[in-house]
Amino acid sequence: MFSYTIRRLLMLIPVLFGMTFIVFFMIRAIPGDPAQVILGQLATEEAINSLRAELGLDQPWFTQYFEYLKQLFTLDLGESLRTKTEVSEEIWPYLAATFELSFVALIIAVVVGVNAGIISAWFQKSWFDYTAMVVALVGVSMPIFWLGLMEQWMFSVQLDWLPPSKRENVKNPVETITHFYLIDTLIQGRMDQFIDVVKHLIMPGIALATIPMAIIARITRSSMLEVMRSDYIRTARAKGQKMFWVVYKHSLKNAVIPVLTVIGLQTGLLLGGAILTETIFSWPGIGRYIYNAIEFRDYPVIQSGILIVATIFVMINLIVDLLYALIDPRIKYN
Amino acid sequence: MAELARNNAPQKSLRGNSFLLWIEAWKSFKKNKLAVVGLFIVIVFIFLALSAPYITPEGINDQKLADRLLPPSSEHWLGTDDFGRDILSRVIHGARISLWVGFVSVIGSIVVGCFLGILAGYYGRWVDTIISRFFDIMLAFPSILLAIAIVSVLGPSLRNALIAIAIINVPNFGRLIRSKVLSIKQEEYVTAAKAIGMRDRRILFFHILPNSMAPIIVQGTLAIATAIIEAAALGFLGLGAEPPAPEWGKMLADSKNYLVQAPWTMFFPGIAIMLTVLGFNLMGDGLRDALDPRMKN
Repeated sequence: MFSYTIRRLLMLIPVLFGMTFIVFFMIRAIPGDPAQVILGQLATEEAINSLRAELGLDQPWFTQYFEYLKQLFTLDLGESLRTKTEVSEEIWPYLAATFELSFVALIIAVVVGVNAGIISAWFQKSWFDYTAMVVALVGVSMPIFWLGLMEQWMFSVQLDWLPPSKRENVKNPVETITHFYLIDTLIQGRMDQFIDVVKHLIMPGIALATIPMAIIARITRSSMLEVMRSDYIRTARAKGQKMFWVVYKHSLKNAVIPVLTVIGLQTGLLLGGAILTETIFSWPGIGRYIYNAIEFRDYPVIQSGILIVATIFVMINLIVDLLYALIDPRIKYN
Repeated sequence: MAELARNNAPQKSLRGNSFLLWIEAWKSFKKNKLAVVGLFIVIVFIFLALSAPYITPEGINDQKLADRLLPPSSEHWLGTDDFGRDILSRVIHGARISLWVGFVSVIGSIVVGCFLGILAGYYGRWVDTIISRFFDIMLAFPSILLAIAIVSVLGPSLRNALIAIAIINVPNFGRLIRSKVLSIKQEEYVTAAKAIGMRDRRILFFHILPNSMAPIIVQGTLAIATAIIEAAALGFLGLGAEPPAPEWGKMLADSKNYLVQAPWTMFFPGIAIMLTVLGFNLMGDGLRDALDPRMKN
């Protein structure tokens, strides 16, 4: 296991290098000169040239690339061309916003998805099973940006239950400590704000959770059905064990590997889905941060943003792989 | 002459065999009710897409400002949008765009993915290392993020969205084919083909590729569903089709401003996306069960 972990970590190195390479060149290929964009259409040739020199844009590409790598090694993510602030300083609130949203979505997806899958398998061919699986089928095919709009129409416009967008009530802003608003409001004992933050999280959380929830429900059901047909489950039942314990203790433990794989994969995909959800709900997360930077040709922000998201994505996949061995002793890595 | 006839005989029976396999697959597909529903949905949308100019009540850009934001009625079944354009006509025309992007981008990904996957799987060694690492790196990015980055490099347009979607799907097909080639390479008929001195290109494209078709068809059908959603997502973000094209994602983005006065402008393009994607997903699942039972979950 230890050597496998080390080998997997070493294998990450070329992938991470490749990622920096791809991001660096893709960003350079974006049409338009950032110096021109920053200074505007009326800027003089001299001003543009001096800004290009200042930003290092007049250097040959390999100098720029090695300079970029050197900065990365010192964890220097560059300075935003737009706000003139270090990316490493200003990126955290956006990342925290996306993490909070993704975390809530993941909790919804896992709790609802796993339980719906279990109950479907337990009462196979019942009305619950059929309804849950039809909902899951539709859920997988649902464009989340449409679902988000439908939620806004239903719960904000028609029923006026939930706020339509943003992360907090702008008239009653949260005092930030960790930038995870749920935690910040709890630390400060501001229950009014905590409830407000939860209300803001419900709609984007559900929109983002829908697809993973549907996939998790389907995989849990099929995985549970397989396990529940095995001999030891029949033995447990024959011994007079309550069905609830047989399902939740014996079966779930052994059905969890494919479920965990899907949860791992979906966690990564949540980061991608978050970009769309953030657009609909004006959520100030990393997706919006990168998207706005693209409009402004803010190279350092686009580069660092994409690289950070991709690195998190790769790390999550690695952690999931390693978790298998911990959860299922039958899996051995050599 | 007699010798020729003898040589042809086994080939004919082989072809007959593969035809029989497809018939078997179709029989098993037919038994799966959900898959048939999926196929039906797909056929309906393909029909709508092909016959759009002849069946739509109005042109996609017929603006009647006096008829702005009218709710669904006998005259405009799905209502009108903010320019007074008939939503039904635009949704039907939108099927042309979405299906076009879905099919063409997936065919593009299959062609490039197969080529790279076959090279990696058949030649192994450094060719495999380079191509597989390239796939790893591509898959290290969340796909929609990569698509956004590619479109921002190429410039926002429907064609570039299509190219971006094709690019992000290449590694999925590449990996699939690579693993298939690795297993087929060990088969005796490939060894036999090599032994009689057959050239690599012939072995790859006439023996290995046709035997890898089943998983490609399954993955391809499911990939069309994803491609349609991705194209709509790019359109929604303003990185896909440009106005006045009746692209479903773009129509949804426009409807955002009229959630209160005219929610119907948002209902129908969304339903169209969902149904099409559902159709391809159901059909893909059915094909997977019919063509390759081992891939069943």
